[in-house]
Amino acid sequence: MTEVTVLKEKGSDRLGSQEVLLNLGPQHPSTHGVLQLVLHLDGEIVERVSPNIGYLHRGTEKLAETFTYTQIIPLTDRLDYVCPPTSNQAFVLGVEKLLDIEAPERAQYIRVIMAELARISGHLLIVGALPMDLGAMTTLLYTMREREMIMDIMEMISGARMHTSFCRVGGVREDLPEGAIERILEFCDILPNRLIDYEKLVAKNRIFLKRTQNVGVVAPEDAIDIGLSGPNLRASGVDWDIRRDSPYEIYDRLEFKVIVRENGDCYDRWACRIDEMRECVKMIRQCIAQMKEGPFQIDIPTIAFPVDKELLGHSMETHIHHFELSAYGFKVPKGEVYVPIEAPKGELGYYMISDGSEKPTRFKVRAPSFVNLQALEFGTTNMKYLADVVAMLGSLDPVIAEVDK
Amino acid sequence: MEELIPLFVLILKIIVVIVVLLILPIPLTWLERKIAGHIQQRLGPMRVGWHGLLQPIADGIKLLTKEDHIPDEADRFLFTLAPIVTLVATFALFVAIPIGSSFTLFGQEITLYLADMNVALLYVLAVSGIHVFAVILGGWASNSKYAVLGSLRTCAQMISYEIPMGFAVVGVVMLAHSMSLVSIVEAQSDVWNVVYQPLGFLVFFIAGLAEAQRIPFDLAEAEGDLGAGYHTEYSGMRFSLFMISEYLIVVFMAALTVILFFGGWNDFLIPLPSFIWFALKVGFFIWLFMWFRFTFPRYRYDQLMSIGWKVLLPLSLANILVSGLFVS
Amino acid sequence: MKTPAFIDQILERFAGHVRDDGPGIDMYCISVGPDHIVALCQYLKEDPSLKFNFLSDLCGVDHYPEKDRYEVVYHLFSIPLQHRLRLKCRPQSETYGDAPSIPTVTGVWRTANWAERECYDMYGIEFSGHPNLLRIYMWEGFEGYPMRKDFPVKGYKDAYNPFGEEKRGGIPDD
Repeated sequence: MTEVTVLKEKGSDRLGSQEVLLNLGPQHPSTHGVLQLVLHLDGEIVERVSPNIGYLHRGTEKLAETFTYTQIIPLTDRLDYVCPPTSNQAFVLGVEKLLDIEAPERAQYIRVIMAELARISGHLLIVGALPMDLGAMTTLLYTMREREMIMDIMEMISGARMHTSFCRVGGVREDLPEGAIERILEFCDILPNRLIDYEKLVAKNRIFLKRTQNVGVVAPEDAIDIGLSGPNLRASGVDWDIRRDSPYEIYDRLEFKVIVRENGDCYDRWACRIDEMRECVKMIRQCIAQMKEGPFQIDIPTIAFPVDKELLGHSMETHIHHFELSAYGFKVPKGEVYVPIEAPKGELGYYMISDGSEKPTRFKVRAPSFVNLQALEFGTTNMKYLADVVAMLGSLDPVIAEVDK
Repeated sequence: MEELIPLFVLILKIIVVIVVLLILPIPLTWLERKIAGHIQQRLGPMRVGWHGLLQPIADGIKLLTKEDHIPDEADRFLFTLAPIVTLVATFALFVAIPIGSSFTLFGQEITLYLADMNVALLYVLAVSGIHVFAVILGGWASNSKYAVLGSLRTCAQMISYEIPMGFAVVGVVMLAHSMSLVSIVEAQSDVWNVVYQPLGFLVFFIAGLAEAQRIPFDLAEAEGDLGAGYHTEYSGMRFSLFMISEYLIVVFMAALTVILFFGGWNDFLIPLPSFIWFALKVGFFIWLFMWFRFTFPRYRYDQLMSIGWKVLLPLSLANILVSGLFVS
Repeated sequence: MKTPAFIDQILERFAGHVRDDGPGIDMYCISVGPDHIVALCQYLKEDPSLKFNFLSDLCGVDHYPEKDRYEVVYHLFSIPLQHRLRLKCRPQSETYGDAPSIPTVTGVWRTANWAERECYDMYGIEFSGHPNLLRIYMWEGFEGYPMRKDFPVKGYKDAYNPFGEEKRGGIPDD
């Protein structure tokens, strides 16, 4: 740590008072990854925060320009690694819009179930991690227990615990395996009770309330101006959820409540996520009830692999398509597209420009964490003390991999 | 020769106390990790020995064999001095702590304390203040901003919580008419002080939590915002000296709480040897400290200060007033 | 995608400066020159029938072999009125490859701050009037702008990266 102290200019009321520059991170327990916050301190009081990002920059956008559309799907997993299915979903929806196709109904239901499970898993992490940043370590380990159940379900469905890569353009990779529905329903039974436990453990704790209520308040106008989205915006009292207001896939068939809170402080951002998880459980139940048997993949041989693998041994044409798809990918018509979806962190969309080839010429990630993190730099009131910065950062729920792309 | 026997006994007791104090953190770290594990729905250490019993030994070996690193810009003398000061100050505390009533062995009366000072209470309160020096020295000598901030916090915290703590025990002194810890315990042979002094106990216990730097008052080493606070730059054996003294202060706070408010070694319902009763009560309070640690978040700096000055201090003063009225 | 009603209003208000790019497959698209970008954005944000108060995204695009290769694309959204608009700004460059300058829209939406920094970092497009135009992902002193099409994916050949491509200047030959 370099010793940089700046003598305060005139106007300081304290004799010999100096501004201290503190580097919070990049290696620090509460920065949720490799994020560096440069804090300008006057004793315990924070005068300015300047986040310094880019330690995890992997050039996803540049890489994607050299990949075929199918190859990009695993790349999107690595953005928001806490809940990858939503990242996959946003990407394939964009490509499908370019191709002007729509996935079969069952595939859409599977995607939504996966996305809502992912939303729960993302919210569980932050619901446990914020109290941990404030000193209560136990909650995180409790939420990890439920997260583990989601991981097991994900593993059962897709074979991977974290980077599922389950969505495909025109559907999903496979149908739900036998027993998956039962496991999901079992989880749906367990979670609401556990959420009550968390509220008892954390939301009724007066120290936690003292640390989060009326801390890091973002006014609704500021929240929109900064570009906050998702639960962070709704905690400030702005009633906007892409799932309800411009529904994609089958969200228009589901009934759910959009959780809006009023104060926009750290506690509301935390509580908003707890309530959202309850809605997720409801949505998953409705999906399972409405879901019908059917194809899980679109039947266009130039875009999707054949469902019936037996055909590969008999049909020459299928074989050729399979080879072309594996070797070169599929061509996407010329055009540009931006399809935003409601990811756990906020509005997630991929702006893609296609020149008619198998690879996009421009692939831009609208990463919600990246935009949300800006709230640290400007636009919060009541973020006075060093410990408040930690609470604010925790409640914003940034995933640094997504911030740094 | 006859005159030398008490001296031998004293030297033996000193050796026993030092050895016990050095060994005590070993089961305590194991216990803390086990308690943490079971509170957090996991098992805690399981690999080394039966249920991880040997884990602290493995940790100790690891810490001993680690590189002894002193940062380049650190003040080398103070940096090495700080852990020693903290350990010496903590050991000195236990000179005045009695752990049981005296008994006779081979015609020789053996007391279960090193010294029964008539101002023992004053002594322990004063010596526990020395610990803060070590924290300041360590934090300052590290030449790291996390460490400095941590030690500044400790400094302010210790000063603001020692005052209510000191006031909280005044009621006990009034009841016992003595500042000797042995007399205080003996005065509680019928009724424990906690019955007469519930408010004093509460203030003392909360201030004790702060004094021992435990959650919810562990601001000096708040890993959420300061990395590890004043011992951020310490590693290896020096770090473990800080850890040992931290555990010993927890033991000390628990022991003092038991002595002042929970009747010391006086038995309750079941007659057991005095030091076993004492150990059981102290164990309960140590467990309570650990339970708190894994349940509560920590306070913010300004909230900590306002609790100390605006809540605990008036309460402790009121306690003195009320006890004074009743005693007279 | 049907044409939203407000398009005519914008075209009328900024006649001659705004080009109608037609409805895309996802949202309507218009273009504007760098001289009028701030005025247009201000208008889009404040007009009661438009209310584009949310800047979803701001990004650079490199249309590589063309002469005016850089373009900045704004994705606007109106939370109260629930409509979207894509706005493009493609400054003309005098010589090939030089980074153009575009007025910043941080005065209109604060969220543009980091997005413009990212755009500057990746494409070298300068945003005049930006309060803090520093690199955001790459470190200060990094040479080149990684997202440009002539910046190789594998990296330049040097001591640290012997597998990289040879460094080329100006217009590439392939």
